[in-house]
Parts: sequence; C-alpha cells; structure tokens
Amino acid sequence: MTDRSRRQLVRLAGSLSALAAAGLLAACGKQEPAAPKAEAKAEPKQADPLKAAWIYVGPVGDAGWSYAHDLGRKAVEAKFGSAVSTSFVEKVPEGADAERVIRDLAQQGNKIIFATSFGYMEPMLKVAGDFPDVKFEHATGYKSAPNMRIYDASLYQDAYLAGVIAGRMTKTGTLGFVGSFPIPEVLRNINAYTLGARSVNPKVRTRVVWVNTWFDPARESEAAQTLINQGADVLLQNTDSTAVLQTAEKNGKFAFGWDSDMSAFGPKAHLASAIINWGPYYIKAIDDVLKGSWQTGRTIWGVKEDLNDLVKIADVVPDETKDLVAKIKAGMKDDSFEVFSGPIVDNAGKERLPKDQKADRAWKDKVDFFVAGVEGKVPSGS
Amino acid sequence: MNETVLLLAAAIASGTPLVLAGLGLLINEKSGVLNLGAEGMMLVAAVAGFATALGTGSEILALGAGAAAGAVAAAAFGVLVIGLNANQYAAGLALSIFGAGLSAFVGIGYVGKKLEGPAAPLAGSIGHWLGELPLVGPLLFRQHPVVWLSLALTLLVAWLLYRTRAGLVLRAVGESPESAHALGYPVRTIRFAAVVTGGALCGVAGACLSVVYAPMWVEGLVAGRGWIALALTTFATWRPGRVLVGAWLFGGVTLLQFHLQAQGVAIASQLLAMLPYLATIVVLALISRNPAWIRANMPASLGRPFHAG
Repeated sequence: MTDRSRRQLVRLAGSLSALAAAGLLAACGKQEPAAPKAEAKAEPKQADPLKAAWIYVGPVGDAGWSYAHDLGRKAVEAKFGSAVSTSFVEKVPEGADAERVIRDLAQQGNKIIFATSFGYMEPMLKVAGDFPDVKFEHATGYKSAPNMRIYDASLYQDAYLAGVIAGRMTKTGTLGFVGSFPIPEVLRNINAYTLGARSVNPKVRTRVVWVNTWFDPARESEAAQTLINQGADVLLQNTDSTAVLQTAEKNGKFAFGWDSDMSAFGPKAHLASAIINWGPYYIKAIDDVLKGSWQTGRTIWGVKEDLNDLVKIADVVPDETKDLVAKIKAGMKDDSFEVFSGPIVDNAGKERLPKDQKADRAWKDKVDFFVAGVEGKVPSGS
Repeated sequence: MNETVLLLAAAIASGTPLVLAGLGLLINEKSGVLNLGAEGMMLVAAVAGFATALGTGSEILALGAGAAAGAVAAAAFGVLVIGLNANQYAAGLALSIFGAGLSAFVGIGYVGKKLEGPAAPLAGSIGHWLGELPLVGPLLFRQHPVVWLSLALTLLVAWLLYRTRAGLVLRAVGESPESAHALGYPVRTIRFAAVVTGGALCGVAGACLSVVYAPMWVEGLVAGRGWIALALTTFATWRPGRVLVGAWLFGGVTLLQFHLQAQGVAIASQLLAMLPYLATIVVLALISRNPAWIRANMPASLGRPFHAG
C-alpha cells in the first residue's frame, strides 16, 4: 500500500466514523419521564409509579397519526399524575427494529406498552411471549395473545360524514381520494366516503389514486393535482400529511383534514377534519392495569365513545348539511345508524351485503372491494 | 379543459427540480468529478430554504439560501475529493447519508410548519390573459417562475459549455486534466468551482421542492430525486437539452401513473418508479457499446482524481 492510498484510507475511515456518529444522533429517540425519580424517593410510602411506554412510527411532530397518539399519552399523564410514569420512542421502523425497541422497553420495567402502528403486530407478538407479566397493546392489528390485546378507531365513520358533506358541496359530481395502501382499513374509508356522498347525491363518482406511502407530501400533492385535473373538486385522503389539503387550497377546490385538525393549512379549502382522540382509551387501559382488571381482547371504539370525530365543519357548508351530519352522528352514538348497512353492492354489480343487514366486525375486516360509485379496480398483489 | 395539457403542465412542474439538479450535476461531471452526494445536498438545501421562507416569507431569499447551503455542502465535498484526493464515490455516498441525517436533525422544529402558499405566477389582467392562452397558458404562464428559471438555465448552460471559452476549458479539464494542466490551466481550482456551482444548483432544486413544490418540510422530503438527477445526467448523455427533456420525462412517469389510476387503469406504481433507473441502465449499455457516443459527450476522466505533476 502506497503512502498516499493509506492516507486516503485513514481519511475515509475518519469521515465514515463521523458519519456514523451523526447517524446515531439523528436516530436517537427521545425519552421523557413524566414523574421525576427524586420525587418518588422522597415519598417512600407511595407505591412506585406504573411505567407505561408508547412507540410511534413517525415523529411526534407529524401533525397527524403519531401526534394524535402522543396527545393520548399526555392525557394519561394529566389524569394519573405521579401514579404513572410514561415514556415514548418515536420514529421506530416497523420490523426488526421494533422488536428490539419493544424488548428494551419491557426489560426497563414498563408494565404496559402501546405499539401504535399496524406493522408492530408481529414483533410485539414475539416479545409478548417472553414477558408474560407485561401488558401489550397494539393499535389497528388483528392478532392477540393472553397478555396482548388490540384497540382501534372507527375512522370510516368520519369518512362517511365527510362524504355527506362532499356530496352536498361537489359541483362536478366527482370526488377524489388519495389512498395510501389498498388494505381493508383504507378501502373501508373510500367506501364509506362514497356511500356518504351518494346518500345525499346518488350521481356522485369517486376517483382513487394510490400513492403507496403513508407520508410523502410531494407524491400526495401530485396525486391530488392529478385528481383535480380530472375533475374532482372535493378530496379526502388516507395519508398523514397536509399536502392534499394544501393542493386543494392552491386550486380553489375543497378537501378535508385527516388524523388531526388541519384547518390552518387550507383555510378556504378546509371543509372539516377527521380527528382521533386516543386519550379516553389510554386512560381506560391504564386504569385496567392499576385495578388489576386488564383482560385480553379487542376494543373498537368510534364516534360513540368520542374516540374519533369529524370536527371544525367550515362555514361554507350549509346549515342544513351541518344538521344532517349532526343527526347521523347522533345515530352513530346511540347505535341506530351503521355506515355499512345492506344492501351494499360493489362497483362490478355484485351484492356484498344483503338488504336489511348490518355489517359485523368480520365483514368490515375483510373489505376488499370498491362500492358502486368508485371508479376502477382495487389493485391486487402486483 | 384538456386533461392531456394539464398532465403535461404537471409533468413540467414535477420535472423542474430534476432539471435544476441535473444541470448542476452536469456541470459538476463535465469537470471530471462525480458527486454522488446530490440527495444529501438537496436535503440540506431543502431544510435551509424552508427555514428561510418561514422566517422571511420570501421565495427568492429561500431559493438563494438553498443555493448557499448546497454550495457549502458541495465545497466540503470538494475539499475532500479535490484538495485531499479522497475517493469520489465513497465521499459522495458519505455526503448523501450525512445530508439525510443532518437535514432530519436540523429540521425537527420545522416539521408540520406551514408556509404561505406560493404566489400566483402572473398577476394582473395581462397575466390572466396569458394564463388563459390555449396550450402555452397552462404549460408555461400558469407555472411558477422557477420553471422559467430552469428553462433559462438550460439555455445558459448549453451556451456556456459549447459556445464560450470557459466552457471549453471546463470540458478540457473533464476530458484530460493532464493536458489542461500542461497548458497551464488550474485544474483543481476549475474542478472546485464546478463542484460548488453544481452544489448550488442542486441546492436550488432542493429548496424548490420544500418551498415551491411541496411546500413543506418533512424528513426525507427529497425522496430519491437526487439519485434520479444523477441517473438523469447519464440518461441525457451529458447534454443540457436532453437533461431538460429527460427531467420532464422522469417527472412525468409518476404523474402518468397517477393519471392512469384515476382513469381506472391499474399499473403497479413500483414498476413505474423503477423506470427512470431502467432507462438509465439501457442508455449506459448503449453508450458503452458505441465508443463514438462516449467520446462525444461523456467526460473521459469522470470519477478519476487528478494529481498534479
């Protein structure tokens, strides 16, 4: 090895290690103990606080999904005070890293761990087997264990309500939907949006564009622009950024906020925001552990339990429409109204739910079609 | 309104950051230096531009800040590979990954912040009239001025490279640094200037994404466009005009896929996402088979460090 190339190698190694350090810095999650340890020591009689941990797929500042979960965590802190000590790890990739993080959290003495993204299901299931004393809670999944249970929101209810507003507000009769991935959860939302719109305006058609990501503002805004170019004038999305709303604002069209109140991002375009308020569920879950009444199972809450809601309905929406939305919402609260009530026909003309029948959980879990009124086909595994 | 025209207009808007970055990398590579750090430079510039736009409300200042940030990142790269003769491939990759980490770190506070939307490109009745013209209205006059900038820059770069003495010297340095050196040209200085210029243009592209196109900041906003710009220079066989057309083509690929989806035609987006790279590989294979093409445009010393004397 010549002198020069050895020097180059040393330089390269130097720059690479600097790089690794920077990467570590950027990757480090934040931990935020709620109750200072000193306080706990000062009162020895008081029992140690219950340690609860959350893991998020995005940064807590995403103004969407992870942010909403973190508000729920803060609600727990506010409710239980020093009886509970909470912490969180943000930006945990779904997959092998998640397993490591969940295992770490369990080893650190957390008694209950909330995993807030679909892809944490398998890793959490694995760790749950090794820590029988720890309670595991997984959002939006379908697998459980004796010490792992599932919780979920009913965002399709919000999508339906948004659809009712969209059906009344559209001038072109074409709605747009920016979809993330063709999974049952998202298909339910597209269908509910379309059903809601057609309940007040039977001629409405919905066009769908898939972006295959939960969060990529540039792609989301390209997709929204495409829909607008093709005549859609009221947009809804199942992605997490504010891009669709902002694109609608730029084009003088309408759109909705998703996951959190996004009215500030498109004051003229914003018709309403679908929000999730995880606080009540998290408080119940912690309460279950504190009281020793925690049991495995599956909890799906919705408008009835104030877990999700459609809020900030804009002034441009006529009062009559607002009243209708309020009426449907009341129906959701007292269980007299179900979004997926038969007859439901898919867009190929096949009956999916017979007349006078309300969809059960199993039916909703398996939605793999577009209802009549949605254009195109559900992408299959290609 | 004609959907095809709107699709073309959107493709031009989508391709504009690629034009800017592609031209920058073209200048960069014409001097014989390969900078794989485009993605990192664009990310750093995107966050710098966004922060400036948020602070000052001025798009011009924001694009300027992006250019400055890109130039600084490129200068660091230049010191490593030109001053210290570090390996260009390794240093470029390092810059790419470093830029991703740095921009994410610096940008934490800017996630979820909102910019006032870009102003209408042309105000007043004349602007409105121009925007309503068939074809050229949506394609040109309803676009953001940065689109016009990209067109002007393409002409400027083409003119500089092929019609001026400075361009001739730059190309000479890229073709045969030894000969240029023997003729008394400061090879390293010229290369450094080319690298910094390239970085500045990549920076404008990055800021354009976060300030004009998205407009917002999130981690990883550039989302691979730096790599596409790198592929683009090869795809365009190092010709400015082809960079322009290629960028619109690459930018149009995703839009076309969205367009087809909304029409009810299903094509896997993953398939289309790899098309730019596939096209680049095809071009690479073609020009490798035909020596005349290589001699015509590819800088002969691309990627090789130059040791004076």
